Amino acid sequence: MRVSYNWLREFVDLGGISPYELADRLTMLGLAAEGIEEPGKGIEKVYTGKILQIEAHPNADKLVICRVVTVGGEEVQIVTGATNVTEGDVVPVAVVGAKLAGGLAIKKAKLRGIESRGMLCSGQELGLDPSTMPADQAHGIMILAADTPLGVDVKPLIGLDDVVLELELTPNRGDCLSILGVAREVAAILGKPLQMPPTEPLETVPGGEEPVRVDIEEPELCRRYVARLLINVQAGPSPAWMQHRLRAVGVRPISNVVDVTNYVMMELGQPLHAFDYHKLQDGHIIVRRAVEDEIIISLDNVARKLNPEMLVITDPSGPVAVAGVMGGLDSEVTEITGAVLLESAYFNPVSIRRTARDLALHSESSSRFEHGIDITGCQRAADRAARLLAEMGAAQVVDLVVDNYAAPVVEKTILLRPDRVRHVLDVDLTPAEITGLLASLHFEVQEDANGLMVTVPGHRPDIAIEEDLIEEVARLHGYGRIPDTLPTGVMTSGSLPGTHLLARQVRSFLSRGGFYEVVTYSFHSPRVFDRLGVPDDNPLRQTVNLQNPLSEEQSVMRTQLYPGLLDVLQRNSNRRNRDAAIFEMGRVFFPTTGKSLPKEVTVLAAAVTGRTPGGWNSRSVDMDFYFLKGALGVLLADAGVENVTYKPEANVPGFHPGRVATIYSGEQKLGIIGELHPDAQDAYDLKQRVTVFELNFDLLAVAAGRPMVYQPLPKFPGVERDLALLARIDVPASSLLEVIYHEGGSILRDVRLFDVYQGEQVAEGYRSIAFSLQFQSDDRTLTDEEVSGKVALITVALEKELGATLRD
Amino acid sequence: MEEKLKNLLLDASQALSSATDLDQLNDIRVRYLGKKGILTGVLRGMGALSAEERPRIGQLANEVREKLEDVLNSRTYKIKNRVKEARLEQEKIDVTLPGTAFMTGSRHPLAVIQEEMEDIFLWMGYAIEVGPEIELDYYNFEALNFPAEHPARDMQDSFFTAPGVLLRTHTSPVQVRTMERTNPALPVRIIAPGRVYRRDDDATHSPMFNQVEGLVIDKRVTFGDLKGTLRVFAEKMFGPETRTRFRPSFFPFTEPSAEMDISCTTCGGKGCRVCSHTGWLEILGCGMIHPRVLEAGGYNPEEVTGFAFGMGVERIAMLKYSLDDMRLLFDNDLRFLAQF
Repeated sequence: MRVSYNWLREFVDLGGISPYELADRLTMLGLAAEGIEEPGKGIEKVYTGKILQIEAHPNADKLVICRVVTVGGEEVQIVTGATNVTEGDVVPVAVVGAKLAGGLAIKKAKLRGIESRGMLCSGQELGLDPSTMPADQAHGIMILAADTPLGVDVKPLIGLDDVVLELELTPNRGDCLSILGVAREVAAILGKPLQMPPTEPLETVPGGEEPVRVDIEEPELCRRYVARLLINVQAGPSPAWMQHRLRAVGVRPISNVVDVTNYVMMELGQPLHAFDYHKLQDGHIIVRRAVEDEIIISLDNVARKLNPEMLVITDPSGPVAVAGVMGGLDSEVTEITGAVLLESAYFNPVSIRRTARDLALHSESSSRFEHGIDITGCQRAADRAARLLAEMGAAQVVDLVVDNYAAPVVEKTILLRPDRVRHVLDVDLTPAEITGLLASLHFEVQEDANGLMVTVPGHRPDIAIEEDLIEEVARLHGYGRIPDTLPTGVMTSGSLPGTHLLARQVRSFLSRGGFYEVVTYSFHSPRVFDRLGVPDDNPLRQTVNLQNPLSEEQSVMRTQLYPGLLDVLQRNSNRRNRDAAIFEMGRVFFPTTGKSLPKEVTVLAAAVTGRTPGGWNSRSVDMDFYFLKGALGVLLADAGVENVTYKPEANVPGFHPGRVATIYSGEQKLGIIGELHPDAQDAYDLKQRVTVFELNFDLLAVAAGRPMVYQPLPKFPGVERDLALLARIDVPASSLLEVIYHEGGSILRDVRLFDVYQGEQVAEGYRSIAFSLQFQSDDRTLTDEEVSGKVALITVALEKELGATLRD
Repeated sequence: MEEKLKNLLLDASQALSSATDLDQLNDIRVRYLGKKGILTGVLRGMGALSAEERPRIGQLANEVREKLEDVLNSRTYKIKNRVKEARLEQEKIDVTLPGTAFMTGSRHPLAVIQEEMEDIFLWMGYAIEVGPEIELDYYNFEALNFPAEHPARDMQDSFFTAPGVLLRTHTSPVQVRTMERTNPALPVRIIAPGRVYRRDDDATHSPMFNQVEGLVIDKRVTFGDLKGTLRVFAEKMFGPETRTRFRPSFFPFTEPSAEMDISCTTCGGKGCRVCSHTGWLEILGCGMIHPRVLEAGGYNPEEVTGFAFGMGVERIAMLKYSLDDMRLLFDNDLRFLAQF
């Protein structure tokens, strides 16, 4: 809402309060001032002047030489390229030394050899927005009224002495979508009276010749309809002062009748509509729902198709306006309109909102109805408009008012307990102080045995319960004056759910271990599954879908996290960030049957590609399957997950069939680790191999949390033996380890695989695998014989069970 | 004999002082002091001496040995020292060469900020709660006192997955879910961080973002408690010099409602471009819990009061790190992430 300081001043004495101070005080009152515009700021030495003579320029076709009389009666010569001026016009003249909008300074100049001492100004050069100027004045030099005094400062004459406050209103304060509403608040905090503008028509003429009738068929959607007739309408421009005000609040002046309806809407918050009375059949207004597919040509000359959800204003022949949203072209007020029927109504906010939304027609009028206007003010607004038109000699007011208001609203009365005010706000206000604060906003307060009975004025439909009144009290008292305290009472110890703590731990582990944490959207494209080669019947494709996505790319709730990581790798690869280790923790979503909400699972996923950073003294290594498996192993150990095994998988959509494994803790499947299938890599346009893991974090959290118990340090020396084996390459290392551990028994404490070799000196189809075995006992020093015996057992078993032999 | 010993001392001392390395020293020691060395040879001639001379010459020989050993030791020490110094000199490295490459990673800035926010409230005795990201209209709107016709309930503003089911548009649904679980227990002090979704996408809006919700309910919670709590938060989050101010505002689920501003983190309140020359930055929305919301959660608004607040993690991250484009947070460029 744009608020003109000068306009506001008519309602309340602003005393010495500057626009800036006013903006601050309104902000602290809940009417946030988002900006202050001073359109005249920086404009200096621009005076009214009259063009005495216009001569052709000897050296330029497109320039003319004007003799202008301006400040101090001085005559100056000004060269201009303007084409819309004629001798005798009164115009704004920027004399030498003047400053214009944007900081332009006017100096003495020679244009094509002819001296020019000043400039004739357009509205734009004076900082006016062409979109809020009358169409015929939006371009070219501004032509002022012929009776404008000469040689005076032009700023007050064109409204440039005003200041505009831009207020960002909360949706409950529809009452402040008007100068009156804001003035009411200002008067309350300044303790000044509110001066209402006069509304009584100066004089009226008797009606009777022109019938006016209003029928409301939908009283739920139109609770009140006031119609007022004006005759002998003289169309023309509205007076300059009104145009300036409208411009200040962002409304383009059009003609006196239209301008007055807009002016009153801005002033009182009541949208008005003016019909050309003679275009209404029998002066008969019927307010009804539209018929399915009924058409109206709206003011902007667009055919609008209506439906029964929409309220229309009609005459017996058909619709003449979409109620509260936009008028119809046929009944529009024009230059030849002789009589005007003014509409000042109350329409249902929800109905207006839906209609405006469905027609994509949001207007100053519809937004006021949507917020709920003061139903008690309908006639006042119609009277005010009638009076203004009569005052400017644009029409005569017929003494008849049609006010169709079958069920007047009952005033709301709410009990406000001063104890409750003190309890909620922690401020010590007496009932008299509370009464005083509320009365300043025109609430009527009666004290009785229970407390204060507060009657809510019509302009505050937002006030419904005691707490609403407490907020009014707090607002007027000042939020800043309420002391800052901390809650007292029973102490609570802060707590972090276990999974949350573990989440912090693993995220911290990964980020310290070289992984970058990323955050990707929870929704993606349904095509992700095609890119990964997920078969049509795979459960991963059972997704929760958005009914109204912003785009297809963001239309499916993710069932896996790693595809988002692939997008991140792809984007980074395009920017030459080719080596990457990233992770994300977030939720995935699965449809459910028989439940109202989908299932949400927290997932941890990581992806690596490229190589680790190498240096002048260290080699970089591939961030491949084993690299990621190494990181995952430490992560799981760190989280206290035990009995972790990796089971090879052949057929996981999206993954390389020979390089993927499911991850188990005991019998519980936790997730998957694997290299991306080359086809998926291509589909994501990734230049390098990518390995990912994805873990069900909720299950991991269950598997984690092994209580930390100290293991005593060994008292007796251990014995280390190396075992270099030859085994067929299809014998998994895990099988070799299983046999070694099984045969090694309780004195075999640890086995470390330290070498794998395939190639020269090793037979085709075989590989060499070397283990380091650590034997130890808690109660004695092991003998060589004992250890050798175990190693022999292990060797025999390896050969027998897996065909693995000792390498010479 | 005496002469021989004196010459021996002289010769050996000379040899020792001209020796340049430990091998030479050792050779000299063997030559003069060894079992078959010259001193031993000289002493072997002691048998020819008279009984009176023998002790004197014996003592002299011992003195010669001791002197030579002293010289030898000091010489050995000097040479060892010189060798060590030469080695140290030779081992000099270019300390300005870069260190061995180390893998670096980082937490996402939103995660860093969110944890910081969580920790402040954990210190103040709050518990962390979570709720579903796909939520029922009931918890997201109805129980929070949004009227049936509220614009946020339109398809334009929220993502729906089914009739009455949507991606939560704020973390506030956790309020009623928590109350349903805790009632009638008091006090309730929780925060609820998490992802939220709105149908918006431009330089200042992301369709997905993060919020932290707060909820406090007790017998006698006041608006002053709300102000004090959030002031503590602001001072911890943005520094002890941070000032706060509370402006009246409007939310369906709080009454009275407020917005909290903090003194501008860039100019300290003097006015600059970041704060649009107001000196203040809007940080969060808050208020006393609306009686209808308390009722929806199973608490009697005549017996308890409470406050609630909600703030955007992105907003705070952008202020703390002077970010000017929210999209950077979801772009995940490694060069950006590496800065945190």
